[in-house]
Amino acid sequence: MKKLASSFPNMFLSLLGVCAISGLIVTGANIYTSGPIARSKAAALEEALRKVIPAFDNNPLQEMYRAGIAEGDSLSIYPATKDGQPVGAAVESITRKGFSGEIKILVGFDAEGRLVDYSVLQHAETPGLGSKMDAWFRTDKNQQSVIGRSLAQGALSLAKDGGDVDGITASTITSRAFLDALNRAYSAYAGANIDSQTGASKINKTNNE
Amino acid sequence: MNKTANIRILLNGIIRENPIFVLLLGMCPTLGTTSSAANGMGMGLATMFVLTCTNMVISGLKNLIPDAVRIPAYVVIIATFVTPLQMFIEAFLPELNKSLGLFIPLIVVNCLVLGRAEAFAGKHGLLQSGLDGIGMGLGFTLALTLLGAVRELLGSGKIFALTLLPEQYGALVFVLAPGAFIALGLLIALINKLRKAA
Repeated sequence: MKKLASSFPNMFLSLLGVCAISGLIVTGANIYTSGPIARSKAAALEEALRKVIPAFDNNPLQEMYRAGIAEGDSLSIYPATKDGQPVGAAVESITRKGFSGEIKILVGFDAEGRLVDYSVLQHAETPGLGSKMDAWFRTDKNQQSVIGRSLAQGALSLAKDGGDVDGITASTITSRAFLDALNRAYSAYAGANIDSQTGASKINKTNNE
Repeated sequence: MNKTANIRILLNGIIRENPIFVLLLGMCPTLGTTSSAANGMGMGLATMFVLTCTNMVISGLKNLIPDAVRIPAYVVIIATFVTPLQMFIEAFLPELNKSLGLFIPLIVVNCLVLGRAEAFAGKHGLLQSGLDGIGMGLGFTLALTLLGAVRELLGSGKIFALTLLPEQYGALVFVLAPGAFIALGLLIALINKLRKAA
């Protein structure tokens, strides 16, 4: 078969044909994968939830609500209950104070406001430096670990800023941002659960100003 | 005669015209995704899939596409494979999607894919174009895996997340962007030396 000449109708029809078939294929792939994509995202979130909050028997994904914090933002809170009693909640917290881009973490608190565990959902920090935060702040060494700390007694801050958390070596900005995200998570959680907090008032200020 | 010619086409992309070390095509994903051997391999395999499919489709359609509009037509055909590939990776391999992220959709503008479409698939038959895609894709995958392994070993003492050296001996610069340039430059020099000797 001879190659089609570059006349206007030929060019028009051949591009139209290529684009139409392409559109159909992409549409089909989208219909086929949209379900699995949504399921895999929900599964990833649920797995993170199981990791960061104490044993629960409700469905925190369905009971999610948003709570405002000081700076006009609002964060998603996933409340956890067991046998109808609140056992804590996970907060999806976000900070823009990182070294590059947003840091998104999921933080779990028990009913007394102690930090149960956390999971870094998304970040673009420097590989090998700031990216260590996922392991660093749970390592039980010196004062690195934030696990089990109670934020009801005040916001967390780095040792070099007058607090008592040892930040990541050579990644002070990331460490500050990480603690900022934790403090924001707690202020959303405490603000929304003021009745379950005995005497703990809202924490309105972040630590690093 | 045909058989040896086909084998030559297949091997061509792996050694003699390796897209990374000899043709220097597709540098953006090469430098961006090779922070570990597994990432490099994932990127290489994804590109190989797209390259083989687009080479064959373009070769099959080459007489139906007038010369004046061949570049836009090629780009649409390449995007038709890349977009569903990204959706499938997001749906079934969420971990790979997390580490490769933006670089999967960027395969559309990888000059290796468009370059092979233009230089090879537009002039050769279906079988040869498919073989060229597989060969070039394999060469790309091997090069990316090698570069990723070197950077991972020097940067964090691991290969495929398998610890070979304690982490404190790692030179962080190899995980970051400058290390990508340094490692790639040294690898190219080494391959050139070997090719000259052979």
